Amino acid sequence: MGKILEKGVKAPDFTLHVTPDQTLSLKELKGKPVILAFYPADWSPVCSDEMSLYNEVLPEFKKYNADLLGISVDSSWCHAAFSKERKLHFPLLSDFEPKGAVAKKFGAYKEDAGHCERALFLIDPQGNIAWSYLSPTGENPGADGILEALENLGSKEGVHGKAKSTSK
Amino acid sequence: MAKLKVPVNDKDHIRGNPKARITLVEYGDYECPHCGKAHEVVKHIQNHFEEQLRFVFRNFPLSNMHPYAEIAAETAEFAGVHGKFWEMHDLLFEQQENLNVPFLSEATGILNLPVKELESSIEKRIFAERVREDFIGGVKSGVNGTPTFFINDERYNGPYDYANLINAIEQKLGHKVS
Repeated sequence: MGKILEKGVKAPDFTLHVTPDQTLSLKELKGKPVILAFYPADWSPVCSDEMSLYNEVLPEFKKYNADLLGISVDSSWCHAAFSKERKLHFPLLSDFEPKGAVAKKFGAYKEDAGHCERALFLIDPQGNIAWSYLSPTGENPGADGILEALENLGSKEGVHGKAKSTSK
Repeated sequence: MAKLKVPVNDKDHIRGNPKARITLVEYGDYECPHCGKAHEVVKHIQNHFEEQLRFVFRNFPLSNMHPYAEIAAETAEFAGVHGKFWEMHDLLFEQQENLNVPFLSEATGILNLPVKELESSIEKRIFAERVREDFIGGVKSGVNGTPTFFINDERYNGPYDYANLINAIEQKLGHKVS
């Protein structure tokens, strides 16, 4: 198991299917913070809970103008069904062919199991990794780390300075 | 160990001795079946520890999964404003399988609270902000599903059955309670 990419490193660009006939590239989101949530598999209990939780927290991420992308090795058809069933309001990207290639670039691929690690990355508006976290596969990491990282990013960028630095 | 980021405060719904040595906080969802089970366990725990424990319930509705969770939480908050939070809380969990929109009005009637006022509060989303505040406070404290318990501000990661919870609380108290 490799180490996941850490703070300060430029995030590798990628282009993945977001629906069976559409792709999304990371560089298209430049200028906004991007949260990448790699997870092992659609439908598994922990992943479902994790994605459902992020779905509920989504308006909070939006306050920081951040986009959330879920990524697993499942196909885009599988993602479509999972997303519909769980009523997810954010895109799920398919790291399907070559399998896990993007996850490998981020150090977030579990070779022995053949799926993504449960790993989180926050990419700043300039395209650099601002925070990352590798969670044990069986553990839902929650969203507290992401929110804290977004808050730190906000105070650094001065975007959300009103909440932190300028209040007397 | 994850910590409770929002300390227990005046806005909280507190059941039991306000000066108790042990505070048990639950983040829960009225439509979540696991929370329904935990409700019974919490009642036993309160009986077991009596004056030594106070219980705080905070809202953590997963509304995309549970379509009535949010309005159930708002209904409990509405009842809270009328001094009947815990009566509504109990009723919602005890009748969890009946949870839907008409039932919330019915429950309000059962508790002799103004049904029209409830319906208008839900329509105008009067209590939505309060529920969301609970939710976000929970997320920041690392709540990742329901129910999640905190014992004296520390997250409890064990199973939420009677024996395990009692054991964890007794460890905090430093002695057994029979």
